[in-house]
Amino acid sequence: MSSIAMSGVKPRAGATDRSDSLRPLALAAPLLLLLAFSFGAPIVLLLSRAVYEPTIANALPHTIAALRNDSAGVPAEPVFRALADDLKTDQAAGAIYEFAKTLNTRLPGARSQVLRLARLAGQDPAPTREAMIKAAPLLGEDQGWTAIRSGSNRFTSFFLLSAFDLRWTDQGTIGTVPADQAVFTRVFGRTFLIATLVTLATLALAFPLAYVMTNVRPVIAGIVLVLVLLPFWTSILVRTAAWTVILQKYGLLNDLLLWLGMTSDRLELMYSRTGLVIAMTHIQLPFTLLPIYSVMRAVQTSQLRAAQSLGARPFTVFRRVYLPQVMPGVLAGCLLTFILCLGYYITPVLVGGASDQLISNFIANYVNVELNWEMAAALSFVLLASTLGLYVTMTRYLGLDLFKMG
Amino acid sequence: MVLSGQSTSFREALTESALSAMDRPAALAGGRTGSAARADAKFVEFIDVEKNYGNFHAVRRLNLSIGRGEFLTFLGPSGSGKTTTLNMLAGFERPSQGVITLDGKSVDRLPPYERNIGMVFQNYALFPHMSVADNVAFPLSVRKAPKAEIGPRVIRALEMVKLERFKDRKPTQLSGGQQQRVALARALVFQPTLVLMDEPLGALDKKLREHMQIELKQIHEMLGVTIVYVTHDQSEALTMSDRVAIFESGNIAQIGTPDALYNEPATAFVAGFIGENNALDGVVERVDGDQCLVALPAGLTTSAMAIGGISPGTAVQLAIRPERIAGSGEPANNRFKAIVEGRIYHGDHQRLLARLPGGQVLTVKVSPDAAMATGETIDLSWRTIDCRAFPAGAAPDGNTPNTGSVT
Repeated sequence: MSSIAMSGVKPRAGATDRSDSLRPLALAAPLLLLLAFSFGAPIVLLLSRAVYEPTIANALPHTIAALRNDSAGVPAEPVFRALADDLKTDQAAGAIYEFAKTLNTRLPGARSQVLRLARLAGQDPAPTREAMIKAAPLLGEDQGWTAIRSGSNRFTSFFLLSAFDLRWTDQGTIGTVPADQAVFTRVFGRTFLIATLVTLATLALAFPLAYVMTNVRPVIAGIVLVLVLLPFWTSILVRTAAWTVILQKYGLLNDLLLWLGMTSDRLELMYSRTGLVIAMTHIQLPFTLLPIYSVMRAVQTSQLRAAQSLGARPFTVFRRVYLPQVMPGVLAGCLLTFILCLGYYITPVLVGGASDQLISNFIANYVNVELNWEMAAALSFVLLASTLGLYVTMTRYLGLDLFKMG
Repeated sequence: MVLSGQSTSFREALTESALSAMDRPAALAGGRTGSAARADAKFVEFIDVEKNYGNFHAVRRLNLSIGRGEFLTFLGPSGSGKTTTLNMLAGFERPSQGVITLDGKSVDRLPPYERNIGMVFQNYALFPHMSVADNVAFPLSVRKAPKAEIGPRVIRALEMVKLERFKDRKPTQLSGGQQQRVALARALVFQPTLVLMDEPLGALDKKLREHMQIELKQIHEMLGVTIVYVTHDQSEALTMSDRVAIFESGNIAQIGTPDALYNEPATAFVAGFIGENNALDGVVERVDGDQCLVALPAGLTTSAMAIGGISPGTAVQLAIRPERIAGSGEPANNRFKAIVEGRIYHGDHQRLLARLPGGQVLTVKVSPDAAMATGETIDLSWRTIDCRAFPAGAAPDGNTPNTGSVT
């Protein structure tokens, strides 16, 4: 900087260039800082909990040191002595509850045994191996020590594997969890299935509507646009509540269907997948519609006329001239809706049934109820990664650019 | 001249490559004289065609014949029905009344894609997602032409418009003039017998437009296709057309060759629309065969050609071209004194604004070295044959100025 300030005309041009490139950055800096502080950092911190779990290693330093000579199965007496020592220290330091809870996520049922064991370890003289196994039967089994050994590493793949219903077996290989614990692949599958259904439903509604809107007088197109956007400006909670009024067993839709004679019995639309898809389709419609509408408006009528005069039948005009030009908007709209559907939370809670809960509901449950932030982080990570993967695939291989679509 | 060199290379390009692609005898006939010799005078016919949008009559009782191989231009102000007429011929609009025939057959039930008519639009209407070559190949591929045939035909069509180097580009990577040449190649590649052009040069700048006019004319002469061309630019119409149809409020005011329209306009509207014109209001005093004597304000009279139904007492509008008004030295039977009000220098000529005693201001074309001062009194004269009197009621838009003015 000082050399620039001291020398003549030429470096001044350089200084101008630099200030030109710095100025936009300086203008954006407050927002970037806010984003980094309130968005970037919390996400990174939370997601890191999916792979970084130091509680067990911190709670059992001596046990883990002793386990280095005892690599498999239920270890011998010295390890148990070290364990009793560690538990006594943890009990005194108040860290025992955190440890018991963490071990319980990896080893269901361990919580009460750990607390019992800690009380035993606090007595004088120190308990024997047999007494400890008697107090905590899991310590007499291979899986108990597999959990402790895997916890000795502060970095763990346990939660990420769990998100795919996988685990480290006692033999040190990756296997599936027991069928009664395997929930996440089903939940992810259900989330993707409902997102697909909603995306297709919005597309089926939005494509013809957007086409009509581009072909009517601007005034009418404006009115339709406002009607579509009106729910867009309403709170999602209000809209969802409105759907519960419409969809419930003695609600408006069932009344109408009965009155029309289309059904003989009242349908279970509330707390069902049908109701969920209907409500989500309504909420997502503008997101699919607007990108499609914007590209359709850009297609010149004269191009369609030119194609016809050149000998193309209406279907050929649609397939070869119209569709290729509106496809970027269709893909953008569908991608937007699909990605937003993956993260739906409030609508499944209010409209969906117990078997229609999506991955976000499980994440919320782990954060708010189970207090298992590691599992929540792992599920969030898988959701985020699959969303980004989808976006990258669409942009790279289909030449779609959401940012350009506006 | 610059353009003559270009036209030579253009001709070579055509004879070497483009023409060899044309397998139809009509196309091989070459120059327009050849195809005009056996021109079918009623290749396209409009019989009592009307088009109404609700209460608005866009086109009223239009009758028109277009000869095979002809270059016919629809010229008129916007809203005069020329584009509607073109769209009915293309099949985008259906006539409310009447019949349109193409090669002797009614096209009433024929959709646009079965009419085999090439069309060029003002905004080019190229398909932005296809390359230049794919755009030109489009009419061939929808006709299921063999793949081996499409490639060479596309190349020849692009050679015809000198764009073969750009075949792999996207239309947006070309200039406006190049895009319109691609559109032209696309409209010609499937060898339609009729090509419609809707203000194709309207979006181009003046210089490019004049160059493209000559290219279009040459392509027309080479291929012998029938071209119906819509424009509101009269110089464009006069430059290119075999015949020009002047449209006025939904009908054809006059149809004829460019020089017939210029020299013998049939209505005051045509006289005002084609070329520059001095319009003077007067009243007929005497009719004598095809001539008449017209009284002007301030006691002046002039003899004029009587056009349309004129009888003594009829209010008429006189039309005199600025270049047909002479100075004192010329032998002409209508002589007037006028005061010079202004002088506009145009390089190759000057225009004088001269006020007659009755207050009307005439525009007079004089030689570039004539030196008249403002305020000077000069002599003006014109021949009877150069002054045409139209019934004043036939004025198209009712806003004909009372004092003489250039329109």
